[in-house]
Amino acid sequence: MLTDDERQEIEQALAHYPEKRAGAIDALRLVQRRRGWVSDESLEDIAALLGMTPAEVDGVATFYNLIFRKPVGRHVAFLCDSVSCWIMGYERVREQLKDRYEVDIGQTTKDGRLTVLPIACLGHCEQAPAMMVDADVYGHVTPDQIETILDQYR
Amino acid sequence: MASSGELNNDGLPLTSNSDPMEQPLTQQIPRDGRPLSLKERLKGGGYRAIQRCAKGLAPQDVQKLVSESGLRGRGGAGFPTGMKWNFVPMGQDAPRPKYIIANADEMEPGTFKDRVLLEGDPHGMVESMIVAGYALQAEVGFIFLRAEYRLAFERLRTAIGEAYAEGYLGRPLPGCDFRFDLYLHESAGRYICGEETALLNALEGKRAIPRAKPPYPQTVGLWGKPTVVQNVETLYNVPHIVNRGAAWFRGLSRSKDGGTKLYGISGRVARPGWWELPLGTTARELLEDHAGGMFNGFTFRGLLPGGASTPFLVEQHLNLPMDFSSIPADVGRLGTGCMIVLDDQTCPLGLLLNLERFFARESCGWCTPCREGLPWVARILDAFEEGHGSMDDLGLLEMHASLLGPGHTFCALAPGAVEPLQSALSYFRDDFIRHIRLGGCPWRPYGRSGGRRRVPVLKEIPA
Ligand SMILES: Cc1cc2nc3c(=O)[nH]c(=O)nc-3n(C[C@H](O)[C@H](O)[C@H](O)COP(=O)(O)O)c2cc1C
Ligand code: SF4
Ligand code: FES
Repeated sequence: MLTDDERQEIEQALAHYPEKRAGAIDALRLVQRRRGWVSDESLEDIAALLGMTPAEVDGVATFYNLIFRKPVGRHVAFLCDSVSCWIMGYERVREQLKDRYEVDIGQTTKDGRLTVLPIACLGHCEQAPAMMVDADVYGHVTPDQIETILDQYR
Repeated sequence: MASSGELNNDGLPLTSNSDPMEQPLTQQIPRDGRPLSLKERLKGGGYRAIQRCAKGLAPQDVQKLVSESGLRGRGGAGFPTGMKWNFVPMGQDAPRPKYIIANADEMEPGTFKDRVLLEGDPHGMVESMIVAGYALQAEVGFIFLRAEYRLAFERLRTAIGEAYAEGYLGRPLPGCDFRFDLYLHESAGRYICGEETALLNALEGKRAIPRAKPPYPQTVGLWGKPTVVQNVETLYNVPHIVNRGAAWFRGLSRSKDGGTKLYGISGRVARPGWWELPLGTTARELLEDHAGGMFNGFTFRGLLPGGASTPFLVEQHLNLPMDFSSIPADVGRLGTGCMIVLDDQTCPLGLLLNLERFFARESCGWCTPCREGLPWVARILDAFEEGHGSMDDLGLLEMHASLLGPGHTFCALAPGAVEPLQSALSYFRDDFIRHIRLGGCPWRPYGRSGGRRRVPVLKEIPA
């Protein structure tokens, strides 16, 4: 069930669209912000609220890189794997994550603290390699800084 | 800084004898990472363009100024903005509402210029949208922002709130009856959303696949209404054109196309970064004078001039002016103007593999050549890197480069994806052949993981 707050916020987002379904992304983002991911149940609730079928909402949800249809760790580290970061040593950062935290791209640490996901160019290429943890972007990331950065996310 | 000369009653120069290093888009942005505040912006001439509009500059006059200014789209294709606006139905009988959309999806690998503007001068975005909205008599605007630009999101949200409070938004502009509403849409991450018709589907809450054109969005766009989608940097130029005139704008440039350009450089150069410079600055000036040349110990081999979907340029092209009309069509194109530099210690095939994996992953899957072809290209390049490439594969890559070219797909993602491939096949052919001879990547004789835990390898097989 969506909470009253969630329902209200979604309805607010709908106000400036001529069609309810246009609020699908806003609704998915909103639910994910509060719950960490979008479960089948949440998907059905959103569909009912927007007058869409669950399959339609899932079609939208699965299209996007940043809507999670599976649970993720408490924090998500997005490693930019696009061209400038690749040139500037993204792979060494990735190796360090493997060595130090035993996670590779697409995996979550055993303690459920951290999920590592790939992300397309973060738009900070002049500071490559770049990484985003939750909503914070870090530039010029070197393998030996990884720990200092991630220690902030418990 | 602002040039001397004749001033209009807003205190801004009207003449075209401008300082060659004028930087209208960025000169007021604080260099300490703060955004330009509303107060600072008002002091520097902010929101004057909407007053000029409201006090007698007709929408058609603004359109005419933009046409005469020679402004061309900064999102990658360089389409003349005035010409695009000409297709929008005007007058009493035009369908309502009309929409103006700022394309702030910036996901082209290597590109970060729009971020600089949005984070540094969020009110500039708001004002640009109002002025463009006024010119097109479009009463609703959306800023379509990629989700990863959180800082820009917060700053834009604040700026929009302030603009509503000041009455620039949501109320008729003082002196005329034009009223504009502006909304910020946060996307959820997918490169294809930046394609303008996919963006419309994304805003409507559908899967973001491109639409067939025609009809073009200018006549049938968002929810079937006339819609103009414009790149962020393109829009930021519009208030300046209104304030200072078309001749001044043309005078900023060293080429036929008007204005400055926000150029960027990444890769192994001494000082990666961004610079607002006259359009037509050469690649060599950018690389040597602004980026300080290559990083110590690295040698230049080539560059992608404007993001991942532009063809490579090499040494022989460095004196080309980086603008929309000087780069010969069979050589390349400016794209977004954010360059990615290839050095001698980076494998060109590895770089290409990285690009093609990106495009394969971000393909929306709508058309078969793109959906099936791009992963195939990536697999072949991977085979080269792993030491299994052959001369036949080179032929296959050439075939794909032409099959995925313009005219075979719904949108420009696939043709863009093969631009670097096609050019690499000619400029870096020797490197492909070395991979075949060596049975592996000459840059990574110890394999993929950068020299750890693999057995040394590979002797070059004599020709
Ligand atoms: C796959 C793809 C992605 C694109 N991404 C962007 C983008 O992120 N930002 C942008 O301004 N234009 C992007 N474009 C270009 C837009 O389709 C459109 O041409 C542009 O927004 C028009 O604005 P302009 O004329 O001001 O450049 C993309 C095009 C394609 C084919
Ligand atoms: S070219 Fe690729 S991205 Fe563009 S519509 Fe076709 S499948 Fe989608
Ligand atoms: S390529 Fe990594 S931030 Fe642009």
